[in-house]
Amino acid sequence: MSDVAQNRAFLSKLSSFSRFTLVDVVLWGLRIGVVAVIAGGTIGTLVKGRYGAAQWVEFLVFGVTIGSVYALVALGYTMVYGVLRLINFAHGDIMMTGAFSGYFLASHFAETGFLDRSPILAILGVLAVAVATSTIIAVLTERLAYRPFRHVRGLAPLICAIGVSFFLEQTFRGAFGSGIRAYPDPKWQKDVIPILGFGIPVVEAVVVATALVSMVILYLIVQRTRMGTAMRAVSEDADAAALMGIDVNKVVVFTFALGGAMAGVAGVCYAFVFKQVYFFMGFTPGIKAFGAAVLGGIGSVPGAMLGGLFLGVVESIGPALFLDGIGITAPYQLRDLIAFTLLIMVLIFRPYGIMGERMAKKRA
Amino acid sequence: MSAVSAISTVRLRRPARPPLRRTVGVGLVFGVVAVYIAVVGILPLIDARWIIVNVVSLGDAALIAIGMGAGAVVASRRSTSDFRTLAASCLLSGAIAGGLLALLAVAMRVLDLRPIFIALSPALFKTLTFGLGLPLGGVVLVVGGALLALLGGALTLAPIGIRKPVFIGLACVVIFGVFQELIQIMMQYGALIGALREALYSWEGLSPLGALAIFVVSCGGALVWANLLREPVNRGFARLSPTQQGRFKTARIAVFVLILAILPVVAGSYIGQVMMLVGLYILMGMGLNLEVGLAGLLDLGFVAFFAVGAYATAILTADSPYALASYTSFPSLSYWAAMPIAVIASIIVGVLFGVPVLGVRGDYLAVATMGLGEIVRVVVQSDMAAPILGGAQGILQIPKPRIGGFELADPVDLFYLTLVASAFAAYCAWRLENSRLGRAWMAVRDDEDVAQALGINLVKVKLLAYGLGAAFAGLAGSIFAVMLTSIYPSSFQLLISINVLALIIVGGMGSLPGVVVGATVLVGLPELLREFGEFRFLFYGAALIIMMRVKPEGLWPSAVRRRELRAAAEESDIDASQEASIFAAPPSPAAQPTAQ
Repeated sequence: MSDVAQNRAFLSKLSSFSRFTLVDVVLWGLRIGVVAVIAGGTIGTLVKGRYGAAQWVEFLVFGVTIGSVYALVALGYTMVYGVLRLINFAHGDIMMTGAFSGYFLASHFAETGFLDRSPILAILGVLAVAVATSTIIAVLTERLAYRPFRHVRGLAPLICAIGVSFFLEQTFRGAFGSGIRAYPDPKWQKDVIPILGFGIPVVEAVVVATALVSMVILYLIVQRTRMGTAMRAVSEDADAAALMGIDVNKVVVFTFALGGAMAGVAGVCYAFVFKQVYFFMGFTPGIKAFGAAVLGGIGSVPGAMLGGLFLGVVESIGPALFLDGIGITAPYQLRDLIAFTLLIMVLIFRPYGIMGERMAKKRA
Repeated sequence: MSAVSAISTVRLRRPARPPLRRTVGVGLVFGVVAVYIAVVGILPLIDARWIIVNVVSLGDAALIAIGMGAGAVVASRRSTSDFRTLAASCLLSGAIAGGLLALLAVAMRVLDLRPIFIALSPALFKTLTFGLGLPLGGVVLVVGGALLALLGGALTLAPIGIRKPVFIGLACVVIFGVFQELIQIMMQYGALIGALREALYSWEGLSPLGALAIFVVSCGGALVWANLLREPVNRGFARLSPTQQGRFKTARIAVFVLILAILPVVAGSYIGQVMMLVGLYILMGMGLNLEVGLAGLLDLGFVAFFAVGAYATAILTADSPYALASYTSFPSLSYWAAMPIAVIASIIVGVLFGVPVLGVRGDYLAVATMGLGEIVRVVVQSDMAAPILGGAQGILQIPKPRIGGFELADPVDLFYLTLVASAFAAYCAWRLENSRLGRAWMAVRDDEDVAQALGINLVKVKLLAYGLGAAFAGLAGSIFAVMLTSIYPSSFQLLISINVLALIIVGGMGSLPGVVVGATVLVGLPELLREFGEFRFLFYGAALIIMMRVKPEGLWPSAVRRRELRAAAEESDIDASQEASIFAAPPSPAAQPTAQ
């Protein structure tokens, strides 16, 4: 007890002595530290000139690729949050289910040679399976796990969502094994498209194109269809929407389905880029995509897209640009560090995100 | 009045489904559960453990429980008391549940599912069809399911005087069968007990005769207790004065601690190891309980404090190039000197960890703390920190603690260290809970703004929650380091945070006995049933969902929480009755004013 009591006395003295400065000093220290690392690292790297233009373009293209995957996942978070005010913690794992189911078809196609003969048809088939699986699982989780918590406040819904995340991961682990499975890697994916003198790998182009098309479709659904309008109405004010005759239940199911479909596309894209599937693969991209959703202003569809792209690019360029410059060994191991720092900085300093303020103004 | 209104709302909201559909639904749900445990691989795994040797395995027991459960649910939600309809619906639900399993068996025979679903092995097929091949085995599944459901339904409708002793008897048989290794080890002292063991157990497990004996004894015991002894004992206890009752409670706790202290000596070092792990999780659980249970700060980065405690101990005491003593003039400390420093280091990290997230609330706080925890792990694992913290290779050769010339090398010795630490921590947590600070935490948990308006210093109170919670985790981490004598960053995954969170939720948030119950159920049981180890996290995920839905207050809720729940239940009854009156009003404009 003694050291605890000592510390307690010390803390109370400290906080009554200068309550606000202690916290403010730490927060300002955090801000200044991050800015200093970014500025110092950037200058250091540019002065050293270790990386050529080709490498920067490579980083940028990879960042856009991975960022578009994050954006797809972030859309699911942001739409569900908009409608239910729930962080669907299991959304990353829904992406994993899509990647896994797509894997089985893709490896079948690879064995039969269909993936090499008509790649576009094969990719469409894999996408269809992945989207179907993710959509079904997303709707099922809503029905079985989240619906009973529709009107519960506090920690219970989030804890339940953590439980769903574990349950999905471990179910896939039990059913399909805990090993990492290698995704088929057809030859055409390794080709390089020359654009403006820089080479862009075909996989990355395919992923970006797929993600862009899906996002355009999603945007049209949200903006143009009746159901999308209802969804926006519910996320604006659920009670008023219900009074206007909108079936909130249907809208929630639709939202989960749409988010699940995007996660399915994201899962296939992620597996294309990293060439492997395993049961835990959804966790880290899920958390990062949540960060992207918050960064873009949670509840905002364009915000999630921008947030995802921004996060992807920062994460891809960051290790070389910020960390290498200040002389950190093996900066690429710290890629996740950059993403998580960004996530925390956003949560602490700008929880309403980039687009959030504008949305708030518009609503007021 | 409230009970009547509650019933009426239920009817209003959920029009009674036709009995046939409901029966089919129950059968399907139980069938899906059975198919799920088969596909995920739980069934083949637990099938290897006998309850009664060569008669019933744990897998069979699971299937039997599913069949009887279907009947029990149908019977408990009956809409009629007509015996024939009831029996028929029980039979139907059980047949459907068994039928789904039979369908799985058919699918396994017809399609080649093995390359995709790794658990669907030929051995599983044999288990499912009882080695009888397809048409016959499937029929056995359907008929067996139907009969079991009938049995389950009959048991549910039996008077409680019969039902309860039968359940207790069955439960005792299952416990004695499943934990046979452990119980056999404990029963090797003395000729008389040895003879009893010989009578009950064969070499591999419970013999059929032994099972029967245990069933009869426990069943009879329960009957005698319920009919003859319970009344006088309760009356006798009520007659005692409050001080005597209090003394009785203290004596109960003392006996409990005494049993804990003796158990590893009697049951061998394996159980000592398991209990030590449970003790570590109890320590961490009590720490997180201060944060989540009392102060309402959902912290998913808790493992960071555990890591700080472990790494601080390692750096201060280890005999390795990463130890502080090897590259500075700082002396290499003994464990007893290092432990307080490790705890203080955790407190400092806890407070530093808390400062940036002071203004973050609710769901965002969970994600922010998880991010912080992950940052700690990424940094520790990276090459950047490798010169100090050893990187992915970790820090090796941490000496065991010594008392004089005696080295606490055995897991049982370390268990006693954990027990003492847990008891001390439990005392601190108990005092904290009932202190001014504890009440302030609860106020913050219930409503931050109101708490601040009442003059509670949020900054101080929250930082104390982080710091003190971290102290417990640091202590656990310090013991963890000497338990393993080497630490690696991969030991400090997010999974540990989730694990600790799961155990305090299962036990009951904000409840100290709940932490012990939760740690025993979620950490101890999977260790003892080693087959389950692989499915531990599935079990955790399911436990989180089910607890939140069925029993959000936990298995052993705290007294405060119990009071709150009772109040909330009354309130919701009032709400429900108001809602009912609104919904019950006919939608004609003339009637609306009266409804309002």
